[in-house]
Amino acid sequence: MNQRRNLSALTRAAAGLAALAAWWLVYRQLAAVAGWATPSLLGLRRESPLGSAVEFFIYETPKVLMLLVLVVFGVGIVRSYFTPERTRAMLAGRRESAGNVLAALLGVVTPFCSCSAVPLFIGFVTAGVPLGVTFSFLISAPMVNEIALVLLFGLFGWKVAALYLGTGLLIALVAGWIIGRLKLERHVEDWVYANKVDATAPAEERLDLAARVAAGREAVRDIVGRVWLYVVLGIAVGAGIHGYVPTNAMASIMGRGAWWSVPLAVLIGVPMYSNAAGIIPVVQALLGKGAALGTVLAFMMSVIGLSLPEAIILRKVLKPPLLLIFFGVVAAGITAVGFLFNWLL
Amino acid sequence: MKKIQILGTGCAKCQKLAAVAEEAAKALGVPYELEKVTDPKKIMSFGVMSTPALVVDGTVRLTGRVPSTEDARKLLS
Repeated sequence: MNQRRNLSALTRAAAGLAALAAWWLVYRQLAAVAGWATPSLLGLRRESPLGSAVEFFIYETPKVLMLLVLVVFGVGIVRSYFTPERTRAMLAGRRESAGNVLAALLGVVTPFCSCSAVPLFIGFVTAGVPLGVTFSFLISAPMVNEIALVLLFGLFGWKVAALYLGTGLLIALVAGWIIGRLKLERHVEDWVYANKVDATAPAEERLDLAARVAAGREAVRDIVGRVWLYVVLGIAVGAGIHGYVPTNAMASIMGRGAWWSVPLAVLIGVPMYSNAAGIIPVVQALLGKGAALGTVLAFMMSVIGLSLPEAIILRKVLKPPLLLIFFGVVAAGITAVGFLFNWLL
Repeated sequence: MKKIQILGTGCAKCQKLAAVAEEAAKALGVPYELEKVTDPKKIMSFGVMSTPALVVDGTVRLTGRVPSTEDARKLLS
């Protein structure tokens, strides 16, 4: 019995490894296939605007989708170890500083959907998680997510992905800490603190590895099913920019010389709502046309991290001054990061 | 009479959960009553932090995801 179970686990592990190897082999051929198919199959000159747009599209689309499937699957498994309840239990009663660091990090791995921002906020603060620590979590959870990191890694390389991760965490950390220091508890709607809840994580079923792998597959179906269209559309727009917009066209408006472009990018990006999947391919193409990295990063962060719908949802629990301070502090942090990168790189 | 409550502030997943729960309840053939709870105060009174959540006869049975119809039927019975 036990032996048979070991055997089936072994077969499954072998199947998983084979799938990973097949993934890697296909992935490595994508650039070559796109470079060959554009002239040979479609009869387009690779140097022509249309040819380079098409080649961009048929290379980037499968590449990004393949990366997305692999990473979402992996993250789905990791996330089965973290539930909001468990995260809350880890954060309750923490002191600030250390609490802010932990909250920003947990924000990356805890499953989060902006539609449950309100119950999550109430669940955190009423269980004794300090307000600033709660905000660190609320900032990092949407902004630093696996989809953004995959796309950044796939389209820009690991350096930009690492920069995004690092600065995103830093903003969540500092902004949360500042909000905590300002002692703004009175600007939380009064009814929120009226209910007190227990911060102990509820007893949950223990999942075996097979169930966690199933959770990974479920995440792929759910997330990739939801965002693939945005990815394809985003890459299509990006391909158009890649092929038709002249090189350096963006240098004068989004380039390093135009200092005002950073705050302007943040101002435009904050109310906008788009997921990372739609915005990053567009932004990548802009970067190729002379836009500065800091400006582009700032735009991306403000689109992904803050949005008008989120403000409307959070208004249910936050009084206007706190809501404004929250958006103001985060937007200022993003602007600072934009300037920093334009100045450094 | 089974009392089914769907907790959620009205996002797409909440609508989906309501549809799945309704389908499962019909498949079971038991009399039921379905209520959508959208008020955050009421949602919090169940101690739920991730929406959507499924509550059957006052007990939270599922949070944060939409189950398959098969799973929903098990949770309802």
